[in-house]
Amino acid sequence: MSGDDTIFVRETLAPARKAPVVTTGIIGFLRTRLFNSPLNIVLTFASAALLWIVLEPTIRFLFVDAVWKGADRTACLADQAGHPVGACWPFIQAKFTQLTYGFYPEDQRWRANLTFALAALLLAPLLVPKIPGKTLNAGLFFIAFPFLAFFLLRGGGLDGFAFYWLAELFGVAWTPSLTRFWLDFSLTTTVVTAAAVWLWGGWLNGRRAGIVTALTFAGIALVIEALQLDRGGLPVVDTRQWGGLLVTLVVSITGIVASMPVGIALALGRTSRIPLLRIFSIAFIEFWRGVPLITVLFFATYMLPLFLPGDFTIDALVRVLVGIALFAGAYNAEVIRGGLLAIPRGQREAANALGLSYWKTTGLIVLPQALRHVIPALVNSFIALFKDTTLVLIVAIFDLLGQLRAAFADPTWATPTTLFTGFAFTGIIYWVGCFAMSRYSLFVERRLNAHRNT
Amino acid sequence: MATAPRRPPFRPLTRLWRVLSGDTGWKGIAGQLVFAGLLAWLVSDIVINARANLQAQHIASGFGFLAGTAGFSVNQALIRYSEADTYLRVFEVGLLNTLLVSIIGIVFATLIGFAVALGRLSPNWLLARLSGGYVEIIRNLPLLFQLLFWYLAVLAALPNPRQSLSVFGVAFLNNRGFVVPHMEPQQGAGVFVVAILAAIAASLVMMAYARRRLYRHGERLRVWPFALALLIGLPLLGIVLFGVPVSFDVPVLRGFNFTGGTRVTPELVALTIALSTYTAAFIAEIVRGGLLAVPKGQMEAGASLGLSRPAILRLVIIPQAMRLILPPLTNQYLNLTKNSSLAVAIGYPDLFSVFAGTTLSQTGQAVEIIAMTMAVYLAISLVTSALMNAYGWHLDRSQRA
Repeated sequence: MSGDDTIFVRETLAPARKAPVVTTGIIGFLRTRLFNSPLNIVLTFASAALLWIVLEPTIRFLFVDAVWKGADRTACLADQAGHPVGACWPFIQAKFTQLTYGFYPEDQRWRANLTFALAALLLAPLLVPKIPGKTLNAGLFFIAFPFLAFFLLRGGGLDGFAFYWLAELFGVAWTPSLTRFWLDFSLTTTVVTAAAVWLWGGWLNGRRAGIVTALTFAGIALVIEALQLDRGGLPVVDTRQWGGLLVTLVVSITGIVASMPVGIALALGRTSRIPLLRIFSIAFIEFWRGVPLITVLFFATYMLPLFLPGDFTIDALVRVLVGIALFAGAYNAEVIRGGLLAIPRGQREAANALGLSYWKTTGLIVLPQALRHVIPALVNSFIALFKDTTLVLIVAIFDLLGQLRAAFADPTWATPTTLFTGFAFTGIIYWVGCFAMSRYSLFVERRLNAHRNT
Repeated sequence: MATAPRRPPFRPLTRLWRVLSGDTGWKGIAGQLVFAGLLAWLVSDIVINARANLQAQHIASGFGFLAGTAGFSVNQALIRYSEADTYLRVFEVGLLNTLLVSIIGIVFATLIGFAVALGRLSPNWLLARLSGGYVEIIRNLPLLFQLLFWYLAVLAALPNPRQSLSVFGVAFLNNRGFVVPHMEPQQGAGVFVVAILAAIAASLVMMAYARRRLYRHGERLRVWPFALALLIGLPLLGIVLFGVPVSFDVPVLRGFNFTGGTRVTPELVALTIALSTYTAAFIAEIVRGGLLAVPKGQMEAGASLGLSRPAILRLVIIPQAMRLILPPLTNQYLNLTKNSSLAVAIGYPDLFSVFAGTTLSQTGQAVEIIAMTMAVYLAISLVTSALMNAYGWHLDRSQRA
């Protein structure tokens, strides 16, 4: 077919279209996220101005105008430094040990350092999910470490073991001696190991439990020998001499460790079908959650001594720790209860069908799943606890913030910028601690919800 | 034909037994008896010990001490108070101060919190980052730290009264507090208040009527001009007829301090700033979560119905988000109220500070005073959560219907 005249062949190129508006790269970013409407332009400039107003003086204060070296307040005065003075870092250098250890005796500070190192050594592998041996690790950190830390930080020894306490309870006279101590220890080991074997169902099934128990006692013996607890142990450092970051960490770690069993017990009580247990747990939880922590601390400081027999004195720090553990326990209980309710009924029913008892069902099936579910929420409540430890300064226990306040009173360092320097330093410590924990909680949450692909 | 299911036999005693034992039979009952016994033993032990200890310290138990003369002054009282007043009066003064700082704090925390939440959701990258930074910084620092920072560092660094920072020449900020004009009601005040209330009531009635018309007959009535006219006009009419309702007593610098006006103590200023900024960070996260939790389809559905963007927000998104926001928001309000007890650290005379602090150290009545203080906070918490539960129940029902 001839139709040449109908075939259209374009002889010139079509005019180039205008390039599309760039929506990628820095320019596109500016266009879509910062300057895309009149309102946004105004907001961008306002935000930038605000950022400048806040950031510029902060950086100037912390670094540019800061004084880094000096022996006393004169170094941080403007006429001495020759320029407007920002942060007075020599103040922090001078007060660093006070902020870290309080008035812990200088020659004994290695004990606090050792405790810090041990805590870090045990905690770090616990936080990395890939490292195996979580049960052993958790057992060491949550059960063994607190005892060890107690004897390390406070000092003092043991007069005896379980039988000594029994003798004490029944009013039998017991004069402590080295042989008696080790006799008591080996007797206790034998009895507890035998009990473990028997409880786990005789030699055939329970020998593993027996071996683990015996090994645990061997470990305890090693620690006793290392710290010489049988011969009086380390010199006693009264808790009134503790202070600073040491107290902050002691209070928060004890609170975290002690509040977990309280929380689990209360959560189980609240979800139990036994009326008295449920009513008691609800009342207990709602009571502690309904009052401010300070009233709890006052309760622990002023009322607890009244409730104990007259000749029985209890350390001020311990009183506060009891109050904090109960308070945090009530909050943890609600978190854990949420986890318990999130476990499908079928899990419990399946366990029942296998013939497991209530405790085995709870301990082996329900609780492990529930606790794993609520790790992020638990970490959040630990953050709150860490922040709340500052309140102990109101009942005259000098934690980090308390020591800071005490350091402000020192006239050798009274300069116009001392206060801001101190707050900047402690603020960074608190902030890093809390922020790290909240990031960790996010990390765990993502890991747990990986299947949801959010 | 299906027959009606057989009703279970009515056996009240069996049922009672099951409930009491929690379906665990004799074991449950025995366990509960042991538990009750232990509790009773603990309580009796505590009571016996406390009685013995109190006797040893020569402290009479009971609430008789409330009638005693306090003998100390309080630097901020909303009701008339002098040193000759009783401890009960101190309790009232403290309670009112706690409520005052809580209410002011709640208002500011809500405003800042919502603003920051909107900022974080804004398409503007810089604003979103800035708001996020605010939340992360404030949320990760202890409240007591922030309180001491504001009180000891910032407010103390303010100039003395002679070099006060002036706010439009009527209010002055200095290291002794915040001096604001004092309002004194004149004779027209009563009429003025009545006029405002009447205007608000009339506007509400008009809006209700307009909505009714809209729903019943599909007519749109334009009521807002009338409402606005009423809200401005009625009080204005009151002023014209009966005179200016309030006169302002503007503070003036005389010598080394201000005379006239009302001085807001630096303690109250610091406490309000710390409480409201701290709680605002948490509120911002709650509001943001609530708004993000409303499915995207809701917004799209609203748009496909032809609603404008503000109308979608007002009629579709916010009502649904509010359901998620309200319970945790109330919780934050409660937290703020409880946290106001930190006032004791800076000496603001709240309930805890004057009652569990000063009164306790003067009288030594630890048991009664701490019990009363705890009871107040507990009552506030329990009443609020009861209201919240009722509201949640109401929501559940309305959602199911």
